[in-house]
Amino acid sequence: MWARILSLITKELLALLRDPRGRMVLIAPPLIQLFVFTFAATLEVRNVDIAIVNLDQGRWGRELVSRIDAAPTFDEVISLASIGEIAPAIDSRRVLAAIEIPQDFSREIEAGRPARAQIILDGRRANASQILFGYVNRIVGAVGAEARPRPLLTEGIVRHWFNPNLIYRWFMVPALVAIISMLTGIVVTTLSVARERELGTFDQLLVSPLTPLEIMIGKIAPGFLIGAAQGTLFIGLAVFVFAIPLSGSLPLLYVAMVFFLAAVLGVGLFISSISSTQQQAIIGAFAFIAPAIMLSGFGAPIENMPGWLQVFTLINPLRHFLVVVHGVFLKDMPALEILANTYPLVIIAAVTLPAAAWMFRARTQ
Amino acid sequence: MNAARPHGAFSRIAALARKESKQIWRDPSSAVIVLFLPLFLLFLFGYGISLDAASVRIGIVIEEREPDAESLANAYLTAPDFAARIYESQALAEVALQANRLRGFLVIPSDFSQRLRARGSGPAQIYIITDGSQPNTAEIVANYSQGVLGAWTTQFARDQGLSAEPALTIEPRFWFNEDLRTRYNLVPGSIALVMTIIGTLLTALVMAREWERGTLEAVFATPVTSLELLASKLIPYFLLALATMAACVLAAVFLFGVPFRGSFLAILALTAAFLAPALGQGLLISSAAKNQFVASQLALFSGFLPAMLLSGFMFEIDSMPAPIQAITTIVPARYFVSGLQTVFLAGDVWSVLLPAIAKMLGLGAVMLFFAWRLTPKRIA
Repeated sequence: MWARILSLITKELLALLRDPRGRMVLIAPPLIQLFVFTFAATLEVRNVDIAIVNLDQGRWGRELVSRIDAAPTFDEVISLASIGEIAPAIDSRRVLAAIEIPQDFSREIEAGRPARAQIILDGRRANASQILFGYVNRIVGAVGAEARPRPLLTEGIVRHWFNPNLIYRWFMVPALVAIISMLTGIVVTTLSVARERELGTFDQLLVSPLTPLEIMIGKIAPGFLIGAAQGTLFIGLAVFVFAIPLSGSLPLLYVAMVFFLAAVLGVGLFISSISSTQQQAIIGAFAFIAPAIMLSGFGAPIENMPGWLQVFTLINPLRHFLVVVHGVFLKDMPALEILANTYPLVIIAAVTLPAAAWMFRARTQ
Repeated sequence: MNAARPHGAFSRIAALARKESKQIWRDPSSAVIVLFLPLFLLFLFGYGISLDAASVRIGIVIEEREPDAESLANAYLTAPDFAARIYESQALAEVALQANRLRGFLVIPSDFSQRLRARGSGPAQIYIITDGSQPNTAEIVANYSQGVLGAWTTQFARDQGLSAEPALTIEPRFWFNEDLRTRYNLVPGSIALVMTIIGTLLTALVMAREWERGTLEAVFATPVTSLELLASKLIPYFLLALATMAACVLAAVFLFGVPFRGSFLAILALTAAFLAPALGQGLLISSAAKNQFVASQLALFSGFLPAMLLSGFMFEIDSMPAPIQAITTIVPARYFVSGLQTVFLAGDVWSVLLPAIAKMLGLGAVMLFFAWRLTPKRIA
């Protein structure tokens, strides 16, 4: 039996890797993506352009303008003559925001009354606008403290643990280890049965001495091996190229990865079994991949989602594996916590693999 | 003979396009692709991605039982953005942070009220500890915590009869999206993502399938030129994608309540322009790959992921390093995202839309050209 499975696995791997394009596609694009996305993903707002309309002739208006000018956040600070010029500059996305300093700005400050400026932000880019407003507000606060110094009563001292400088790469690269190995693993598995069915070679497999279970193992193994190999390559790159601290237990990370891939490939084989063409299989894989990524906590925190959707995320293997990957890399997560986040993966795998086996058997008889 | 040629070309394209449409239509998965999948994805994006943080889980460690410290802790417990709870010791809060049960915790140290009341000993400090492994949330926790502390301090100063008004303030006004609903930005952005999937992924598999099955050889034996062949593949998928777009726009407006301030003409022009590079990229991939596995991987890595991460949908393009900004200029979804956000939220701002349309058409022309060059009318 093992010899038969082994030869089937060899055949499956050969089918994938014999084609130079197939080999290339498993290595080059994921690597390029890792580098491009890692550097693309940043939450800071930098190099944006901002406009200022300063109607104030006094000292404080000039002071605010020069502080904004000096801030490293902005690429270009454009001075506008009138309020009427703001709308075209924002509408055409020439600037992300425009600051309006009213005529009586300095006068109000000198008189001891609260002076008000206004900032107009492009709500089309809501996230960047909000971050930018935070920066500007800090500058305004600093000018205000200078205009009317008063003793500070309280102070909040912020410490970011596990990633003191909040380097986004430290979050991104471990997440990509999980996401890209999942992408490859699932596409390889989903297409495996569908391709043979489309080309009509599946019947040849069925009349061979292989049992359906053996065929199934043979179909899952390549996705598993390639996914794990890619995961290993990315872990190596994360540590040695991106210099991301790996503070926790590597063996436990692999334990979780085994169950993660098993859970995901069960889904892949299920989709493959119900598809009769490769196109259907790819669409099916997509219908799984997109929600798996969206509802994993990668794009947006799970606690921001509505309650019913949060419950739904519990069946998402990527959600649990991301906790483990980030925990092992950055947080030196204790073994007990890693196992607590691995057991949902075991349960998901224990559902998806038998379901795939059942569907596989049902469609091969 | 010469006069009959154009007519011949058109009838050949029409016949092939009809064959392609029938093939799409006969496949039961086509309804799934055109309607179900896009709406399902839009639904996920609409509900699944929200950057409006609500009820962030934080812990509070109070090291003294003085009224001021209790009052500050209470301000955190009742703040609407936090789901806060008191931890008996810092050690317990640390364990909870490590185990992902907390996004951060605050420590109100034992000298807090003493320093607050005693003038001249410097500000009373509290510590805000965040889980930096989630940088986005860490930033939010830090900002919200500072905000609650600031509001509490202002109130405290007022109660003490100290002046608390800041000398100057700046008031934000967010145009096009006054209440800053992230859904208004994310839904138009995710339409671009969905259309990339429909446009690029599907067409990537079309030619690859024919190469794989060897059915292209039968076509080569006919008078059809490679240009006609490509046109016949494009037309049905173009119409399919327009139908998907219509469904997406209707869902965005009526299901998610996103305002639609532009015109029908503008969004049609934008969509048609986007489909040129999206379909072109798909055809290019499938002509180059000649195998559905390779084609699907290439479509994923060169279509879907860049549309998600390099289009300005998730990350601000201006803030990326220069080489990566250069790469984003050849991602068609980049122009589609900014165009859609403008048509939906701002209206027909042609100074944004026309350059976007021009760039998409330019990219489309390049991709279709290479797809044509890679589709030889002969058997290799």
